[in-house]
Amino acid sequence: MKKELEKRVIKGPDGFEFEVEPLKDYYCDAPPTVQTGAYNEIVEKIFNWARSESIWILGFGTGCGAIEMRPLMTPRFDAYRFGVQWRATPRQSNLFIISGYLSVKTLKRVVRAYEQMPSPKYVIGLGSCTINGGMYWDSYNTIKRLDEYLPVDLYIAGCMPRPEALLQGFKDLKGIIREGKAEGANLYAENFEWYKANQKKVILDWDMPEYNW
Amino acid sequence: MKALFKRLQQCFPLSEITEQLNPQKGSQKNSQNSDLAFITVASDQLRLVLTHLRDVEGFTHLVLLTAVDWLEEDQFQLTYLICNRSKKWDIGLRVFISREAATMESTHDLWAGIATYQRELFEMFGIDFPGSPRIDEEFILEGWKDLPPYRRDFDTLEYSQRTYKDRPGRETKDPAEHMKQQLYKDGG
Repeated sequence: MKKELEKRVIKGPDGFEFEVEPLKDYYCDAPPTVQTGAYNEIVEKIFNWARSESIWILGFGTGCGAIEMRPLMTPRFDAYRFGVQWRATPRQSNLFIISGYLSVKTLKRVVRAYEQMPSPKYVIGLGSCTINGGMYWDSYNTIKRLDEYLPVDLYIAGCMPRPEALLQGFKDLKGIIREGKAEGANLYAENFEWYKANQKKVILDWDMPEYNW
Repeated sequence: MKALFKRLQQCFPLSEITEQLNPQKGSQKNSQNSDLAFITVASDQLRLVLTHLRDVEGFTHLVLLTAVDWLEEDQFQLTYLICNRSKKWDIGLRVFISREAATMESTHDLWAGIATYQRELFEMFGIDFPGSPRIDEEFILEGWKDLPPYRRDFDTLEYSQRTYKDRPGRETKDPAEHMKQQLYKDGG
């Protein structure tokens, strides 16, 4: 546990002493809940159509695949024409692209960022490293299966997949969302204990709250 | 460089100098790269040699400090690469220390940047540098409990199989055999 996360008494500038417990005070530790669909099937379908046309990607490059996202942001491949855009903070995005190999150290930050994203949220695993470890199959420091730690909606295979493959992936993801099958956030809430147990198995210095919302 | 080595030899007990061969003209005589050389130094002499090279001979720039694990010889090799900017000379000082009690004198007071390398070596190789700033703090790895991962007796494959779950269905082919099958179906 880091020192700044420990429970302690702080003296304010006015001399008033108060107790701070960062893990409790700064985070909501209630586990995530399953969100049910709309009251009416037609309404839910309209919602899903709207969700599929409103994809905001978290600008977080975890591995070498992040380099494939730069041409997508710029005029050559221009993902913006499909209504796919990047945001700088997890609070404003709903699609997390795990771009390539994921080290355990990054996984910790990824879990935090993923849990801070508003539901419904989607995860794309990009490149073979997220599928079965890829060329880092014998590394002491990178995970091999992303779906052990986060609910993945779609994998894009390749090492690395070209920007065209990503565009096709966005198209497929939109189809999955429209069909109402992109239930990653609910899957995460339903199997919360299982995901947490897997995460804690590899993240050896767990110094965050159970749920980072 | 030879003259410098002669001057050094008068002050310190040193090994033979190893100069880097120029890869293009390695076989010809007098074709050695004259601006890169390696010297092996005893570990208790290192501070003296480093200080002398820095203050007297103008090797003011520390390029890097790194380690090699000679598992079979049961020793670590530390390489202090230093550079003379005006003459464009590089000297690598090699120090061999025992693998069991992997401890080396800290030289962070000569170059402040050495402390960072020493933290890395402490974490990845388990080489201790007593007195070096923040040596006990985590550097790259977080919460690592196993053997230092750059040690050659650390089995990274075994560790990854133990820690991270495999996805079934992954198969590995020997590249040479696979291409032979692809190109010459009758067996070559």
